[in-house]
Amino acid sequence: MSIAATEERGSWGGRQHTAIPGFPLTLGITLCYLTAIILLPLAALFLKSTGLGFGGFARTLLDPRTIAAFRVSFGIALAAALINAVFGLLVAWVLERYRFPGRRLIDGLVDLPFALPTAVAGISLATLYSDNGWIGGLLAPFGIDIAYTPNGILVALVFIGLPFVVRTVQPIIADLEHEAEEAARTLGATRLQIFARIVLPALLPAVLTGMALAFARGVGEYGSVIFIAGNMPGLSEIVPLLIVIKLEQFDYAGASAIGVAMLLLSFLILLAINFTQVWMRRRYGA
Amino acid sequence: MTSLRFRAVALALALLLGVPALAAAAELSLLNVSYDPTRELYADYNKIFAAHWKAKTGDTVTIKASHGGSGSQARAVIDGLEADVVTLALAYDIDAIASKSALIAPDWQKRLPDNATPYTSTIVFLVRKGNPKQIKDWNDLIRSDVKVITPNPKTSGGARWNYLAAWGYALRQNGADQAKAQEFVAKLYANVPVLDSGARGATLTFVQRRQGDVLLAWENEAFLSIDEFGKDKVEIVVPSVSILAEPPVAVVDKTVDRRGTRGVAEEYLKYLYSPEGQETVARHYFRPRSSEVAAKYTERFPQLPLFTIDEVFGGWTKAQQVHFSDGGVFDQIYKPGK
Repeated sequence: MSIAATEERGSWGGRQHTAIPGFPLTLGITLCYLTAIILLPLAALFLKSTGLGFGGFARTLLDPRTIAAFRVSFGIALAAALINAVFGLLVAWVLERYRFPGRRLIDGLVDLPFALPTAVAGISLATLYSDNGWIGGLLAPFGIDIAYTPNGILVALVFIGLPFVVRTVQPIIADLEHEAEEAARTLGATRLQIFARIVLPALLPAVLTGMALAFARGVGEYGSVIFIAGNMPGLSEIVPLLIVIKLEQFDYAGASAIGVAMLLLSFLILLAINFTQVWMRRRYGA
Repeated sequence: MTSLRFRAVALALALLLGVPALAAAAELSLLNVSYDPTRELYADYNKIFAAHWKAKTGDTVTIKASHGGSGSQARAVIDGLEADVVTLALAYDIDAIASKSALIAPDWQKRLPDNATPYTSTIVFLVRKGNPKQIKDWNDLIRSDVKVITPNPKTSGGARWNYLAAWGYALRQNGADQAKAQEFVAKLYANVPVLDSGARGATLTFVQRRQGDVLLAWENEAFLSIDEFGKDKVEIVVPSVSILAEPPVAVVDKTVDRRGTRGVAEEYLKYLYSPEGQETVARHYFRPRSSEVAAKYTERFPQLPLFTIDEVFGGWTKAQQVHFSDGGVFDQIYKPGK
């Protein structure tokens, strides 16, 4: 992200000497590729949902159960992304700034949620957090239930979202110039001041990108959530499950209508995050 | 150059020799698209059938089986998965293939004996060893101290049988009063703490996660659970009455006609009704249709009154529409925000 931002962007065609030659060719390939990989499947989705007509579309989306599922999916995905923004930043900082035995190992562990099949993740988490599991068993006496409640969804989404934040923030921390921090220290800035005024502004755009990725992934997540959520309608039922339910009734149009709504809402939120980033870059001149 | 020419000659020779050989003993392949709990059954049956077909015609047939949730398997076939035969959990899913894609003739259920279901099962209870909560029959499931594990009937075809079995029991208890039946089923689902999306997930939740006191399960799945998790963990309770679960089978007409596999596909399903086929299904805990084979397994399959979906609910299409469609009875039981 930041690398692209440092490139000068001219008018049509950009700079004369870029590493990959031929603006028309590369743009053409880009557009074809995006059309085939992203736009066509999305167009098919939109097309399927039109079978419903406007009334049916509205009826599907305004169903209290659909609204409840949207609230669960987007609310919890956002909460999980926020948690990951804080702890992902911390993890990335520790991994980049300190040298300690086992650092490579921990660095590798961060990627595991990427690699693990989501169903396996869901089943392991449900085992850990159910009221007779290792962690769930410790919390149950205090009346805290994780598995089979919305809390379980949060745990699953935090798990699968973590690498997104860590992996986007890490290279930025590596690129961060120590000189600015040292200069601030010689000028008598406190640690808090250095963090708040120098480090955080430089990292925030990357943190936001990571958060956006984690959020987008969390909203669409099905495999891991399904095993730990409990799936009670209106309480712990996520939107992707609702889509599966519609498909199970061979209601393709209804399923794609919910898919389209989910897509538009995600797109709006991601767009808002992108604008925030641009604004931040201008503001802090990163 | 020489090597190229040599290869061309070798290829021509291979073709010349190979083609008559193929014509003499054809190599056939079949794809059976099935649902999850039949994995072991068809792995076994496919070997037995391949041997039978070889003995009968001299041809070699390789059978591949695909397993998954019944509904998603039906969708895969509608969307183009080239199944020669489908063996699913409920007639509704095969009806959907027939009506949405016209791959299967609408009268498919009349083409084979017994509603095109060569084997049946029923819904029983799986409880923890020693039955600590003393769960004996359906009315124990609505007790306030009992938690019931059953998958979501909206996502699991198998779980619809669970729901309908409970409904049928309540109808019998209350002189066919539908409102009373709905009240009973609502009470039962109020005792369900987790709605898994499929039967295997629910089994894991019950046995491994130790959630709930009783699992509503297909009889064959309950037996498999005992095999897998051990007799010291769980045991089967047979209720006073239950539903006759009929997982049907059908040849996918358009596909077999195009691939030229109709003969072997039809025999594949018919052979399920033969003594060998019935023996195989009984070995894998499905109830055989043949009374001779059933007589050998009376210890395994206890006798209990079983009602059918046609008798009580007027068939799958109607049951689906009344109970499981959007806004249907099941949705009314689960009003959000309650």
